[in-house]
Amino acid sequence: MSVYLVSMGTYVGFFMILALALNLQWGITGMVNFGIAGFYALGAYTSGLLTVRLGVPVGLAIPAACLAGLGLGAAVALLSVRLREDFLAIVTLGVGEMIRLIVLNEDQITEGPRGLRIEARPFGTMIAPEHYPLFYLGLVAACVLLAYAVCEAIRRAPMGRTLRAIREDDVVAAVLGKNVLLHRVRIFAVGGFFMGLAGALYAHYVQNISPEVFMPVVAMFIWMSVIVGGAGNNRGILLGAGAVMVFLEGTRFVGDFTDALDAEKMSALRIIGIGLLLIVTLRLRPRGLLPERKFNASSKLSA
Amino acid sequence: MSALLEATDMWQSFGGVQAVRGMSLEVSRGTITGLIGPNGAGKSTLFNLLSGVIRPDAGQVSFKEQDITRLAPWRRARLGLIRTFQLAREFQRMTVLENLMFAPQLQLGENFWPIFLRPGAVCAQEAEVYRRACEVMEIATLTNLRDDYAGDLSGGQKKLLELARTLMIDCDLILLDEPGAGVNPALMNTLTDMIWRLNREHGKTFLIVEHDMDMIAQLCDPVVVMTQGSLLTKGGFDDLRRDPAVIEAYLGSVANG
Repeated sequence: MSVYLVSMGTYVGFFMILALALNLQWGITGMVNFGIAGFYALGAYTSGLLTVRLGVPVGLAIPAACLAGLGLGAAVALLSVRLREDFLAIVTLGVGEMIRLIVLNEDQITEGPRGLRIEARPFGTMIAPEHYPLFYLGLVAACVLLAYAVCEAIRRAPMGRTLRAIREDDVVAAVLGKNVLLHRVRIFAVGGFFMGLAGALYAHYVQNISPEVFMPVVAMFIWMSVIVGGAGNNRGILLGAGAVMVFLEGTRFVGDFTDALDAEKMSALRIIGIGLLLIVTLRLRPRGLLPERKFNASSKLSA
Repeated sequence: MSALLEATDMWQSFGGVQAVRGMSLEVSRGTITGLIGPNGAGKSTLFNLLSGVIRPDAGQVSFKEQDITRLAPWRRARLGLIRTFQLAREFQRMTVLENLMFAPQLQLGENFWPIFLRPGAVCAQEAEVYRRACEVMEIATLTNLRDDYAGDLSGGQKKLLELARTLMIDCDLILLDEPGAGVNPALMNTLTDMIWRLNREHGKTFLIVEHDMDMIAQLCDPVVVMTQGSLLTKGGFDDLRRDPAVIEAYLGSVANG
């Protein structure tokens, strides 16, 4: 059981990093990203392929995956410069699928649907195998903390204020002298950086990645996390990611208590349950479990 | 007096509608220039052209003797040209104070690395911005609303907030699009006073579109009259009031609907 909990905790960590990144892009800045799965896949395959094909040490491969996410984020945001908000949604969705399909079909490099086997693990030789899952949970937790600290610093800084202003009304932000494009590209890139990190951590954790993991439904789970948790509130995001994962995993066990449902029916029901959970949250707490906090000048500036 | 802003032979059409047809306009440094005209005369479109929100089909805009016709809105703002909107556009889910603190240009903490590498400098600048915001709220009588979401303010308060936001920026020319629309008489005086003081004490130049003729009469000299997308005439308000062409343009529009 504890093995299971450690594994689940690790997965929650991946979700949290992805959700924090989406919160930067959408929750704070208002930029839609439906291509999360693509960024996740890019991170996973960049790091995986670098270690497998080129023998790059894992300590360099993971940062490289982050940079790949950063680059893709900047590129996608730049591509969409002349497009309205809703087109960014379509572009990101397309980019996400493109990456998955490339991975699926370039099987001479990526092994395609057979799955890419990755041996390398961070500190894999230094830590005894029986302690390794716990160590990895700690590593992921540290990355979550790092992502949280960066996101929270951005949110509190004048940068966060400007990003929220762009979310509220980008034309006004522009006529008041803010370089909206620069801000958008930069924050999308930072979000991409963390999505790449999550992908790389995932790859070296499961050590066998294949394209079907990176279906667009992953993006939906992350969106759920942000909406349920509270867009704009980083703590809410952590809570939301935890809640969605507990729901996803917890419902696995329902099948054990009843004979009426086989595994296949159960997995379909879980997706329906996710939808219901979303609707209920939006009815009862339209701004999420922990809504974006109001700016409080006296607590922030009197210090 | 030198022209701070000069627009020459501006043209803009939307589909088949010619909104601005060869309009030319000059705003001299230090003036409060009024821009009046019947509904549909093209005043708001002209504002969009001057602030860069839309690009003109033809024509030239220069600001401080620099051609800005193709410059992005934020670059015009950096040069010192700021505008407000006819329907106040506040950042709704941000407080009044945040709406103001957002505005100053080139804040160190808007960039990525200084947030982490120079937190002290960011904090110091933030305290300075805060101090300035408090002063502006005092001038604009918004102090007791500082922690309210801007989206919750009344229409008149939003107008005040919009004007106040421009004060947070070191600018030379402020384009005000109907600052008095939907503002009650008491607030109207506050608003008029504010514009007057900013002009006289702080040397700001204004170009104001307004339908409230009392406000125009009190503040503006010269006044530019626009109809059907082009310049009708220009002069002091008292002269214009007796100008048959101006009366015709206004009464015509009233009669038509």
